[in-house]
Parts: sequence; C-alpha cells; structure tokens
Amino acid sequence: MTRTIENESRRRFLKGTAGLTLAVYFPWAMAKSPDAGQVQASVFEPNAFLRIAEDNSVTVVAKHLEMGQGSYTGLATIVAEELDAAWSQVRVESAPADASRYNNLKWGPSQGTGGSSAIANSWEQLRKAGASARAMLVAAAAQRWQVPAQEIVVADGVLRHPASGKEASFGQLASAAAEQPVPEQVSLKEPHDFKLIGQPLHRKDSAAKINGTAVYTQDIHLPDMLTAIVAHPPRFGAVVASFDATQALAVNGVVEVVQIPTGVAVLARDTWSAKRGRDALSVQWNESAAFSLGSKQIFDQFRKLAESPGAVARQEGNADTALAGAKQVLEAEYDFPYLAHAAMEPMNCVIRLTADGCEAWFGAQMQTYNQGLLATLFGLKPEQVRINTLYAGGSFGRRASKDGDYILETAHIVKAIGGRAPVKLVWLREDDMQAGNYRPMFHHRLRAGLDPQGKLVAWQHRLVGQSVVAGSPFAGAIKNGIDPTSVEGAVNLPYVIPNMLVDLHTVSDIAVPVQWWRAVGSTHTAFSTECFIDELAQAAGHDPVAWRLSMLQAQPRHAAVLKLAAKKAGWNTPLPKGKEGERRGRGVAVHEAFGSYVAQVAEVTVQTDGRYRVDRVVCAVDCGIAVNPDVIRAQVEGSVGFALSAAMSEAITFTGGKVDQSNFHNYPPLRIADMPRVEVHIMPSTTAPTGIGEPPVPPLAPAVVNALAAATHTRIRRLPIGNQLAS
Amino acid sequence: MITLNINDQEMRVDVAADTPLLWVLRDTLQLTGTRFGCGMALCGACTVHMDGQPVRACSTPVSAAAGAKILTIEGVGQGTTGKAVQNAWQHLDVVQCGYCQSGQIMSAVALLKNNPKPTDADIDQAMGGNVCRCATYVRIRAAIHDAAKSLA
Repeated sequence: MTRTIENESRRRFLKGTAGLTLAVYFPWAMAKSPDAGQVQASVFEPNAFLRIAEDNSVTVVAKHLEMGQGSYTGLATIVAEELDAAWSQVRVESAPADASRYNNLKWGPSQGTGGSSAIANSWEQLRKAGASARAMLVAAAAQRWQVPAQEIVVADGVLRHPASGKEASFGQLASAAAEQPVPEQVSLKEPHDFKLIGQPLHRKDSAAKINGTAVYTQDIHLPDMLTAIVAHPPRFGAVVASFDATQALAVNGVVEVVQIPTGVAVLARDTWSAKRGRDALSVQWNESAAFSLGSKQIFDQFRKLAESPGAVARQEGNADTALAGAKQVLEAEYDFPYLAHAAMEPMNCVIRLTADGCEAWFGAQMQTYNQGLLATLFGLKPEQVRINTLYAGGSFGRRASKDGDYILETAHIVKAIGGRAPVKLVWLREDDMQAGNYRPMFHHRLRAGLDPQGKLVAWQHRLVGQSVVAGSPFAGAIKNGIDPTSVEGAVNLPYVIPNMLVDLHTVSDIAVPVQWWRAVGSTHTAFSTECFIDELAQAAGHDPVAWRLSMLQAQPRHAAVLKLAAKKAGWNTPLPKGKEGERRGRGVAVHEAFGSYVAQVAEVTVQTDGRYRVDRVVCAVDCGIAVNPDVIRAQVEGSVGFALSAAMSEAITFTGGKVDQSNFHNYPPLRIADMPRVEVHIMPSTTAPTGIGEPPVPPLAPAVVNALAAATHTRIRRLPIGNQLAS
Repeated sequence: MITLNINDQEMRVDVAADTPLLWVLRDTLQLTGTRFGCGMALCGACTVHMDGQPVRACSTPVSAAAGAKILTIEGVGQGTTGKAVQNAWQHLDVVQCGYCQSGQIMSAVALLKNNPKPTDADIDQAMGGNVCRCATYVRIRAAIHDAAKSLA
C-alpha cells in the first residue's frame, strides 16, 4: 500500500540542483574521513538532499548539525527508506548554509538544529526526496529496458525487472536517472512497508569517532593559520581599560596581540604558545559597569519578586477562591541554579577571509543566523559567507549561541588582523565555563488545594527567572510579557485541575547571559510540577502513579508511557530491601516536551550518612514512529546521565559578580561510577516522529528526588541535590 | 630537538621541553585524534599510553615522553586488544558526539591489557577519569565486557 502525494517541492528541487556539489565538499575533511571514501563526480542529484554517484554511493546531505544526537543516521534512514537503498551504500555529509533549501521547517526561513526538531521537520521532506529519486531511477530503468515502470521492483539499492531478469544498481542507472524529469507526484510508503525505519541500523558516524579521524573544529588546520586565545573580562560587563603585550609578545610562537570588543586576543602559531602568551599578558579592566552580584543576592531578589503576581501565562477558574475553600493547602518553593552546558569540546571556531568572501568552520547549529552575523560584521552578502558545519563535540544547546558569541569573537580577531591569516579561536575549558549563556536560575513557588475527598481543586504556579529567548533571533515569540520557553511544561500541565493560575516574572536586570540548555524550560518546570504533584499525592494518601493517571484521562499519551514505565519497573511490587542501614525508594515522573512523552521510574539507595546512588531508571517513551530505536535508546540513556549529572552536583554560582567555577574539579560532571542502569521501552506508534534529544531529560530529576523522598521522607526542593541528605 | 616514539614511529620535534604532549601530538604532528577537553587531567579526553600506562597528554610535558613508547588512538587499532575494543565500540554504537571516545577507548584498552576480565567495579575504577558529557557510560561498560569476551 502506498499513498500518493503532491510533490509541491518539485520546482525547488529543480532550482536547488545547480551548484550544490561545489558548495558542500571540502577536500581535506573528505580525505580524513574513511567513511566518505573518494570524492566522486556527482552524476545524479535529483534534489538538495541526496546524490547518487556511479560508484553506487548514495550521499545524503544533512541540513542539521550532528552533535551526538544521531541526526545524520536518522536523516539518512528516512531518505534511504523511500529510495529503497541499501544502508551500506549510504553516507552523509553536511549541507552548506542556505535558508532557501535547508531551512528548518519548524523554524521558518532559518536553518538550524534545536527543539528536538531535526527528524520531525525533515520527515515528509526527506521521504519525498527519497521517493522522487527512486521514481527517477525507475523511469530510467523502464526507458533503458523498454518495460513498464510499474513492473520494476527496487530493493537494497538494486532495480530489477523480474519478467525479463534485467537488473541494475543505482550507480549504473545514475546518469540515466539524471536525465529524467522530476516527478509531479510521488508515492510514500505506509509504515508497515518500512524496511529501514524502525530497525536498529548502525550509526553512520561510529567508525570515524572510534579511530580518531572524525573532524571537529578543534582539528582544523589551515595553511598559515593562527590560533587565538582571548583574555576575557573577569566579570560580565567589564571592558578593557588598557593592556601591556610586551611579555606576551616575548613568548616564542606568539605573533600578535590585538584588542577586540570582548577582550584581548593573543595570536600564536600553535595552541600552547597562545596559552602561554595569554598567561603572560597584562590587562587592566574597567569594571565600573560590571555585574557584581552574588548568587544569594540574586535568589533573594527572585524570592521577593515571587511575593507579587506576575504576567499571567495560564488561567482557568479561580485559583484564589478555590484555595480559600480547600480542605488542605500545600505550598512549596523550588530553586534552580545557573547551569553550564560544558560540552566536551569547548567552543571554538575557524574563520578565514577569501578573495570573494569569508569561510567558516565550526559545529554550526544555527547556520543561516550565523551566516547573517558574519556577513554584517564583514560587510558581505550572506551568500558570500560559506559555513562548513563540522561534527560538534557536544552542544546541549551551547553551539546555538543566541548572540553568536564565540563565532563573532573569532570574526573580530580576523578583522583586527586585517584578515591576513585564517584564525582558529580556542576557548580553554575555563573560558568556556565562564563565558555565560547558561541555563537561567529560576525560582518557583507553588500552592495547591485538595478538597475533602483528596481531589486536586486548585493550582497556583509562579515562576521567576530570566528569559532565554530575549535578545535572540526568536525574541518575537515573547507575547504579553511571557517567554514561552520560561513556562513550557508549566502552562501545559497535563493534569485536569479546575482552578489554575500560572504566572511569570521575567527578570531583566541581571547581566548574566542565559541561553537554551537541553530541554530548556522543562528542565525546571518538570521538576517543580512533578515533585509537587508527588507531595500532594502523599498528603492526600494517593498512590503517585494511580493519582496521576486519574488526572490524565484526557491525555492518552502521557497516561500510556506512565503505565508502561510503572509496569516495567514493577511499581506495584515492593522494592527489594537494601543492606543493613540502607534506605531504598522509588519515584516517578512523567512529562511531555517538544511533542514527545517520557515517563521514568527511578530507584535509589540512601546510606545512613546521606550518601545516595541512583540504581536503576526505567523509561518509557513515545516519540511517534521510532526511526531508529537504537539511537532513541542511546538518547534516553544519555539524557538520564546528563540530567542526573545536573541534578546531583552541577551549579554555576557567583561571588561578587565573578563565576565561581572554572573546570571539571568545581563543576563536577557525572562519571561512570554514578551512572545507573537504564531500561528503555519505546511505545509502538504510527504517528509522525517527534524528537528524542531533549525530552528524556526533564523527568529524571523529579523521579530521582521523589525516590529520595520515598526513601528518606526528606523533600529536596533546591537543585543540585549535593549533600542535602547528609545528616 | 626531542625524539619521540609514537605508534612505533620515531618522530623528531622542535618544541619547548615543557610543552604538553597533547599539543605536540595535535599541533606539531597533526595527530588530532587525541582530544583537548580540560587541560588539567580532569576529563581524560587526551588519554594516550606511555609505555603501556594510560596518561593524560594535556598534563604530560613532552620531555617526559622522550624515550617512552607512546600509543595514540591512531595506532591503537594495530594491536589485538585495541582492535577488539574498537570493534565492540562500533558493534554497540557507543559513540554520540564522539569527542571523548578516543580517550575512553585508550583507557579501556589499558584496563583490558592489565585485567582481561574486569568487573563493573573494576571498570568504574579504571574509567573514572574519563568524562562523557553525552553520558554513554551504559554502553562503555557493556562494550568493555564485550571486548573482554571477544579476547578470552
């Protein structure tokens, strides 16, 4: 069974064909990647997303960044499915920056990766791309063999005409297919006909990442390139007053020292010389307008704001009246710290000016926005800025810099030296950790009322924090004083509660730059809502799973993952006892983010001295059709570890305006010994796929903290957990 | 001039004696598979072997590496244990962003050379210096067990 759809992108496909090949190859990277093989002449390029060469290779052009989330593998699977290619013949390369062909269909006229949208926005687009190419190959075979097209079958990259016994590979038909018209209509498969989608196909980036040949920004080396390390101000808002470069310039290998808007850059022939040069540099800072608060002062300010009403984000019934009439009223406050993304590869970027424009290499996450920033700075047209998107050594949102910080810093250095050499900007770990663009601090205050039957009748949720969207390309999303990413997960609380009020204070006078961090608003809203629901369940004497389910009757997907996680975790059977003196507990949370639904059950063991470990996390996810179930499992496992890391120990704090943390000794990431066992259960689905890179992050912290409460009767309301259980 | 033995090849480099081995590998010799993560021996992304022992190249001065046999991710696949570990990594699709994985593999190979049948606790101990922000730890543990089985 297939269904026929209009190929409305036909004209764009045709228009997009010319000139693509030149724009996407950068030969040194190809030479270093064994996956990529030899560069072949492109003979069949039916659209902007794939190319079939005479060597029988199918190259899928990925418009999204590969930062670990498996986008290259997932995007290639979708194309290969409708093309009926063999997985072994498929390889992936990154698309150039081009909003006309490679925009994120969920973002509008902008190319970028975020909001767990890579697979979701590409789903129809890439299926059509694959199906169009398949139809052209079939038409070419029909013409060559003089047989009806409908008698041709395609499987594993081979076209066959069973009656005559004729067959040909994609490669053998590539040049003939290129002569065929792009079809007006294409047929897409029904899910039950999928051969590759739904299979645990191996990742396309594994081989290069295990033998060291994968190319990250840090690995770029261009002729005459200089490496730059920048002395940044000690506080946000401080500026250079003066500097003395004498000692820096005396360091062997240091070539030049230049002032730029964000500090003073030391340029050297290699990284170590640049670092030694910066160490030797003397800079006087003007800190008269610098940020000077400490974390406690910021929290005090937030708490004071929480005493008055904010901008209303959701209102139903009358929460005040209902609270006044409730039999039992509970109240809780939750505090969240700033968080650093701390990707393993600190931010970096390579830029060179060329005869006709500029070329940049980095793990670009918002390509066309970055293209525009660079074009403006250099006085170029966007199309004169060529961006080579490389593998990112992690991002978690950081590479999608909302102000282009690390990218523009590189460009300013190039400009300061008159563009005479390519520049690689290297942020050392300390630069990366202290550069800001953090997950914002937040304060939440919740009140809820239960009626005499223990039914939840009133809910008030007040949030205080900075807006991540303000000052970003998405600032237009702010409506009536509400940044939707501040309240996501709170305004769409899935439980049926007759009287609700959610309001928000957006703090705008704190100079700490904030940004999206894997799962954005849900990183705090899932915690406060799912912990508070748990407290209410306990207060009303309800089972936490059964009570949630009783309020999820209109939310079948939430309910389904919650039931599945509870069942697989053995929720209704007692948790095995720990050793003498150990207390054990089990906790649950369910949350929807970016259209995907995740429930988690965490099991913990707490020692008499308050040390604890998370033993096991059982996860159930519904992200629509599972394009690659193994990549989904990997994202869930990794999200559990990433979220647990933050929940246990991560915090960026301030003293007198200075960031207290600098490297992994005082911003401790999760290590292998603290990684729990993770079980992942994927709901079968025929719904179009949604994302999985972020949605498994939010439920982890509340599930763990609810489990700790079950074990110890102590409710933790301030993250990170740290040693709050120590007696 | 300092003479180094890297992946069984003699290499002569003209660098200051206190330059960390990491930057000699990456910038001077273009062996970029050894990654920079923290510069303070806190994350393990730069792990290489020096006479068979895992060391953090970011905190090892090149002078200390002279005269030793250095093995990096570019050479580890030549050995039986290295090949087995890389195969296990690929079979289980351990990698996500991949940036830490050169170091993870080097630490795993060193572990298996010293301890062919590590327990989970042995793995936690030996791999505790290698950070993975993608938290691929579940699969790292499984891949080490798989590699151990394939070598038995």
